[in-house]
Amino acid sequence: MITIVVNDEARTVSASPDTPLLWVLRDHLHLTGTKYGCGISLCGACTVHLNGEAVRSCTLPVSAVADQRVETIEHLAAGGDYNAVQSAWLEEDVAQCGYCQSGQIMAATALLNNNPSPSDAEIDAAMAGHICRCGTYQKIRAAIHRAAKETKRGGPSA
Amino acid sequence: MSNLPSDPSRRTFLKSSSMLATGSLLVGFELPYSLASTPKPSGAASLMTDAFIRIDRDNTITVLMNHAEFGNGVYTSLAMMVAEELDIDWQRLQWEAAPTEPQYYSPIFGEYLTAGSVSTAGAFVPMRTAGAKTKALLVQAASLLWQSDATQLTTNAGWITHIDGRRVSYGGLIKVIQDHNLEPPKTVDLKPTSAFSVLGFPKKRIEAPEKVTGQAVFGIDIKRPGMIYGAVARPPVYGSRVIAFDDKAARAIPGVLKVKAIDAGVVVLAKDYWTASKGAKALTVQWDDLGLGQLSTAAFTKDYRALSKTEGLLAEDIGDAKGLHATASAVHEAVYEMPYLAHATMEPMNCTAQVFDDRCEIWVGTQNQGNDRTVVAKMLGLPETSVVIHRTLMGGTFGRRASKTADFITDAVQAAQGETVPVQIIWSREEDIRGGHYRPLFVHRLRGSLDAEGYPASWHQTAVGQSIMQDTKHDPTYMVRDIDIYSVDGCLQEPFGVFPYGTAYKIPHHRVESHNPPKVGVHPHEWRAVGHTHTGIAYECFLDELAHLGDKDPLALRLHLTRDNNRMHQLLLRLKAVSDWDQPLATGRGRGVAARVYSVSPIAQAVEVTVDRDGSFTVDRVVCVVDCGFAVNPLGIEAQIQGGVMLGLNAVAYGAIDLVAGQVQQSNFHDYRPLRINQMPDVEVHIMQSDAPPTGVGEQATTPIAPAVANALFHATGKRIRQFPLDRFGFTLKA
Ligand code: FES
Ligand code: FES
Repeated sequence: MITIVVNDEARTVSASPDTPLLWVLRDHLHLTGTKYGCGISLCGACTVHLNGEAVRSCTLPVSAVADQRVETIEHLAAGGDYNAVQSAWLEEDVAQCGYCQSGQIMAATALLNNNPSPSDAEIDAAMAGHICRCGTYQKIRAAIHRAAKETKRGGPSA
Repeated sequence: MSNLPSDPSRRTFLKSSSMLATGSLLVGFELPYSLASTPKPSGAASLMTDAFIRIDRDNTITVLMNHAEFGNGVYTSLAMMVAEELDIDWQRLQWEAAPTEPQYYSPIFGEYLTAGSVSTAGAFVPMRTAGAKTKALLVQAASLLWQSDATQLTTNAGWITHIDGRRVSYGGLIKVIQDHNLEPPKTVDLKPTSAFSVLGFPKKRIEAPEKVTGQAVFGIDIKRPGMIYGAVARPPVYGSRVIAFDDKAARAIPGVLKVKAIDAGVVVLAKDYWTASKGAKALTVQWDDLGLGQLSTAAFTKDYRALSKTEGLLAEDIGDAKGLHATASAVHEAVYEMPYLAHATMEPMNCTAQVFDDRCEIWVGTQNQGNDRTVVAKMLGLPETSVVIHRTLMGGTFGRRASKTADFITDAVQAAQGETVPVQIIWSREEDIRGGHYRPLFVHRLRGSLDAEGYPASWHQTAVGQSIMQDTKHDPTYMVRDIDIYSVDGCLQEPFGVFPYGTAYKIPHHRVESHNPPKVGVHPHEWRAVGHTHTGIAYECFLDELAHLGDKDPLALRLHLTRDNNRMHQLLLRLKAVSDWDQPLATGRGRGVAARVYSVSPIAQAVEVTVDRDGSFTVDRVVCVVDCGFAVNPLGIEAQIQGGVMLGLNAVAYGAIDLVAGQVQQSNFHDYRPLRINQMPDVEVHIMQSDAPPTGVGEQATTPIAPAVANALFHATGKRIRQFPLDRFGFTLKA
């Protein structure tokens, strides 16, 4: 039995300790917003926040995050409002198939928490690990700039 | 925020059931679902006013979607068509996947299939008609309710208002319709384009809220009561059969429930996917490779190259290219070679199935549920109506999820046979990339000559590659005189078979031949833009070669060759203007163009590249002009163009699947490299103004980008690339 704090709730799971956090979230806690894409830290689809930082959950054994704070895509709008990144994503109509977008949004949210107004180059550096096979990259860039602007204007914090 | 429950299939069930219980009216249309196993219902009455539209008493309006949503934006377009005629509040529209019933078959294919970039074209009249008939029915009900003439009523945002100020919601009229057995009119007038207020305006994706909150349900997200997970150990040589396996180590893993052989390999069932996948890795399997361990793509390429010198099946012969080439003083010849490509959808293949004695339920993201149902019914010996497919959203497809063999579905069904609970099979990324369904490897041999003024006078092209359609259920429709029309789509000047278009160019002597080498090893499969992914490169690059030989500007040459095709000619003139084609470029930079007609829509792109001395390059700018008839949703079109450009650029830069000793060499994103955000060029999208009926836009943008980039690299460096992907032949897209 391992206890992790997911989306502000302590959850105890019976997964074997080597199980990646990704599969604990998906199969044990039914938090399916976090996606499987490659399983070896190449695509970013599985990105969650661990103690506020963006991490890849597909290569992170659940035993390594016992008692730590995990936040998933399901929690970003938990208060009933989209966060600034989600709002910008809707405004720019970023998603196509949508499968990569949980990871993109988690990464962009973490980026803006650390760097409230990133340049194009800084966006590329932070987001280059996040594959979108539908090719939404142009809109992702536009949405991050928009979210940065909205946050500065005092909109909902990222 | 969306108020959708998280499981669309469940939503359908509850609503369908509630219709039964309350005896709601279904107009000219049978119940959409087999209700044998569904819970008995409660809740508000709802009304199917048409096969596609359901209205609830709380005025929720749901559109039943008979085309698959995989990023293509089709749910949004279909909803727009309904909203336009029905006068409803766009924000309140709900959607769900329509079941596998004949009234939902694609009017273009005559089966339940989403493919070929024809959904919008096929749905444009039926979906608007559904909206208009429903509105007429509602107006009729309101007239009855208030005993007043229809001319005194107006419809807006889901409400009907009387001239005297009384109002009733659409949902509030359900009872009147039911009590009086009202039916929609048999025929209705549709709004003229000039009256549109939804269609033709940029609308955001209808399912976007679910997609930014993690609530969207893809096939991989399905959870059913008692469900277990399966991972499959697949053979190193695609198509091998299991002889025997040792599962001792697998069974020793806590949580592993069962191990058994299925057609695709050996499946390990477990309580979670991670345990199942550990189990699959712990198996030792003995395979019979059925002789396929001999195959290699190097040998295919060599054989095809030899075949391309021989006479093939004649697809088109205008004038006398062959005779001319026998005597011409200068015939230019070149060979183009394109590798196998995997689709590598972001969501790997997966499927959930539950098999009962007398029926089977399947939850899956699929483009092709009609065929899937047929395949499964046959396999299980069940009537087709006893196989129920709940279609989910899907994380990309690019053609992969229109499997002719239903391969990723039969896996799960076979794994679920003999189990009392649903089984979900997930393919690892490695299994997905080695999954054996690929854009076929092609070799094109081209020969051409110029007239006295330096314009192309003759063209002789021989296409060699495995046929996608041969020996499939689509064989009769897509094969003409044994030629797969996809093998030559994009090479021919005249319409061919069911494809009512040719290239927009006119070359006086034009001959195209095709060879179908044996379909061995892997499944040649549709891949976004299908034949154009290779014919486009061969045709547009060789045309560029002839332009260079004749000392013509490549865009001017294309303008010349499209003199008789006004649609493409106008489009190219627009491209010339918006791409700043005549502006000089600095040394090390280059510009390229390609112009294609795919699934009726003409499209052209001009690209700019910067190339370093070592061949590394960037794509700085892509200007795209498309003519897709009436532009139903300009925002959706822009997204499809950007995405199509990305996928085509990705493939030409890095894409290749190699077979060595029958084994696929690539396995994950490190060796089947995706394009990343820092490599994405700026794509500028220009849509030709048109009131012609809408035509496709989902695959079109993938076709010109590859040749346009290769032509731009030639322009910058003078080096002609005829083998792909680029990074193996001297040009590396900068990371
Ligand atoms: S699934 Fe974790 S990075 Fe790809
Ligand atoms: S939106 Fe489909 S993979 Fe990114």
